[in-house]
Amino acid sequence: MQVAVPGPWSPLFGRLTLAAIPYDNPILVATFAGVAVVGLVVVAAVLYYKKLGYLWREWLTTVDHKKIGVMYVILGLVMLLRGFADALMIRTQQAMAIGPNSPGVLGAQHGYLPPFHFDQVYSAHGTAMILFAATPILTGLTNIVVPLQIGARDMAFPYMNALSLWLTVAGAALVMISLFVGDFSAAGWVGLIPLTELPYSPGVGVDYWMWAIQISSIGTTLNAINMIVTIIKMRAPGMGWFRLPVFTWTTLSTNIIGLTAFPVLGVALALLGADRYLGAHFYTAGNGGNLMLYTNLFWIWGHPEVYFLVLPAFGIMSEIIPTFSEKPLFGYTTMVAATFAIAGISWAVWLHHFFTMAAGPDVNGFFSIATMLVGIPTGVKVFNWMFTLYRGRLTFATPMLWCLYGLFLLLAGGITGMMLAIPAINYTVHNSVFVIAHFHCMVLLVVTAIFAAVAYWFPKVFGFALNETLGRGFFWTFSTATTITFLAMFALGFEGETRRLDYIYDPAWRPMLWTEEFGIALYCVSLVYFVLMLYVSLRDRVPAAADPWHSARTLEFLTPSPVPFYNFAVTPEVNARDELAWRRQHGLEHARPEAFEPIHMPSNSGLSFITGMCALAMGFGLIWRIWWLAGAGLLGIVLVVIIRSFDKNLGYEIQPAEVAAMEEDLSLGGIIAEQPKRAPLTEAEAH
Amino acid sequence: MSTQAAPGAAPRLFHPHFAGHDQISARTLGFWLYMLSDALIFAAVFAAYAVLNNRMGAAGGPIAPQVTNPLEGLWQTYAVLGSVATYSLGTVALKSGNKAGVMLGIILAIALALVFLGFEAHDLLGLMARGDGVTRSGYLSAFIILIATHGLHMVFGIIWMLVMLVQIPTLGFSANVVARLLNLRMFWQFQATIWVVIYVYVYMIGAF
Repeated sequence: MQVAVPGPWSPLFGRLTLAAIPYDNPILVATFAGVAVVGLVVVAAVLYYKKLGYLWREWLTTVDHKKIGVMYVILGLVMLLRGFADALMIRTQQAMAIGPNSPGVLGAQHGYLPPFHFDQVYSAHGTAMILFAATPILTGLTNIVVPLQIGARDMAFPYMNALSLWLTVAGAALVMISLFVGDFSAAGWVGLIPLTELPYSPGVGVDYWMWAIQISSIGTTLNAINMIVTIIKMRAPGMGWFRLPVFTWTTLSTNIIGLTAFPVLGVALALLGADRYLGAHFYTAGNGGNLMLYTNLFWIWGHPEVYFLVLPAFGIMSEIIPTFSEKPLFGYTTMVAATFAIAGISWAVWLHHFFTMAAGPDVNGFFSIATMLVGIPTGVKVFNWMFTLYRGRLTFATPMLWCLYGLFLLLAGGITGMMLAIPAINYTVHNSVFVIAHFHCMVLLVVTAIFAAVAYWFPKVFGFALNETLGRGFFWTFSTATTITFLAMFALGFEGETRRLDYIYDPAWRPMLWTEEFGIALYCVSLVYFVLMLYVSLRDRVPAAADPWHSARTLEFLTPSPVPFYNFAVTPEVNARDELAWRRQHGLEHARPEAFEPIHMPSNSGLSFITGMCALAMGFGLIWRIWWLAGAGLLGIVLVVIIRSFDKNLGYEIQPAEVAAMEEDLSLGGIIAEQPKRAPLTEAEAH
Repeated sequence: MSTQAAPGAAPRLFHPHFAGHDQISARTLGFWLYMLSDALIFAAVFAAYAVLNNRMGAAGGPIAPQVTNPLEGLWQTYAVLGSVATYSLGTVALKSGNKAGVMLGIILAIALALVFLGFEAHDLLGLMARGDGVTRSGYLSAFIILIATHGLHMVFGIIWMLVMLVQIPTLGFSANVVARLLNLRMFWQFQATIWVVIYVYVYMIGAF
């Protein structure tokens, strides 16, 4: 059954040989040296401060939704940095390799990247940004915020929540390993078929891409199940459907999309795997394969994925804009309806990614109109936000600045999206950088919402706010960089530049390409601001109040900052849609429960982390065709699931006196604090 | 659908000893959602089958009437439906807390599932023996992967049943074990439903 692959193969190491280590590529060697030094410093610091036990007990084995969320966000930020490094390389290559007389260095004929390396860079850029940066960060934010917003102690399935995280980490780790062991896919982040088939991509690059996505998307699917059940089953008393904060509504809709879309991606990639590993003919260029089958399956996931990203971003904006306008959100019900309308339409538009498939005017017409329909609920949302701002008492804190810039990006991206929805225009600009500029406006809208959310909820989680001055510096440099880079890219699209070019054949594009390069340099400045902001905020640690913005409206700001690990000492009763605003209006926002009660919490478990590592081993084994390792990884996963099912741990209880102490001294229960060892409940105590 | 408490009423701000939903109902909902995602997996594989089920996809190789055997598939259908029936009868014994009854139901369900898988293995190995494996054509790839995807689900169901056969005597009918038995029943009935769809769509329609 085993398909013949070129190159040597041994039972012990599979396709892995020393030649897979790219020690002859100076860029990768330098990157590896940088990563190794940073990694060693981190490991040395952990050992020097004797934090290894703390790291294991409080983070790697945690089932706390806030810690899991924070780790998701950290993972996403690391991958965002990786994706940004790729972007910097792409832009620099295009700025250098203009015209036949442009010089080439480091083995490239033009610029500094040979075509095969350049192709890997843009493939990795898309994969890292969409699947390993934006998706985990948004998953992390929903993880942190939603249980707090609905008045719950944790997610419905805390252990599965940790499992989702570690599967995502395993996928991201494979993307990073591909830098230094073997190579990454050179067939675009969408996996251009039949380029991803074995005859055309005989290396391990496509396998890295495929298994990294496959493993992490299982994590995303599990997280979607968890989130939907949490929102349906874990709401505090009084939290009826039409009192749910809009962010929770968007999280619900986005996870319905995730639950139904990610399995299709899994199948699209699994069938590609059948082609590459078993010699099947699903997508091959001959023997009855069908290329468009892959493209359709991929985008049946791919387009809902776009809304999977953008809906939580809309939710974030719907939380922040009312807070800093000191007004309730305008048109709450229409906002909810618009959210679900967008989620519904997301299933009927996938073909607009390849109008040029030539399915005929009737099919293209259907998908064109369906795509334009998206503009209606989105327009409703934009007007709702603007009416919320209208005659509000506006404060321009950094989260608000990010959201307002997000509105401009939504306008630019939305209007160009409507243009692209018209097949006649689409045929003209298909595969040009005009499309790239359009969807970068949309995903950067997601990124601005993410930075807004990080600034907005950071004090809630950690108990101190991010530095406002440096945050503004970060905002202005980042937004200016975005505007410059992508305005230039729109222009280049109209001038006819196609995407994925490693060599620029028309010197007339030089001014705009150099403008883009200037924009990317400005992004580098914004990165400095970001790091400085983190450093200064961590150094100063100015304590934040329970409601650091003094005008927040939703339940999460009822808890003290930092939030204790049990969230609410006593479950709150919800009386109004904007519960905190309602309590403030009635002078009740400082009311505390009269007495504390024992709190039942789940115990930490290392098994989810071990499962993630087994998945990593399995993925690595499959990529290099080391069958024993792949088999051992799979067996490990099955065994851990079975072992876990025999676990009789019933969780533990925190006694009222301890709760009172932690409510008094917030540092005792905060996210950084190390908890004392608490004995699990016995069978007799549980009854 | 009031969005705010009635004016004048003394507001209740906290809810001590709030019990929330019980774990079994959350797990059952979660499992329904898992099955929804599983249904999407099968839907996508069925779509691939539909796209490749034509002369172009067969690439000169055999097409549905030459590889599907509705009569053999009928025995498989009996086996898988019988397996669901015995498992379900086993869970009737769960009501009276009868461990032996539940375990007998599960053992019979495993036996019938093995009969089903035996037919399937015979089917697929026969195809491969005459050179009609996945490497032959797009159509055969879709046919074999569709059958194998379902078969793999059946294998995992059997592993799950074996674990339950250990857990029932050792852990008793604890809340966790009961939740697993009920979810397994849903899983098993769902796989049988998928098989019926495969039988109708691939075997019966394919025979003509």
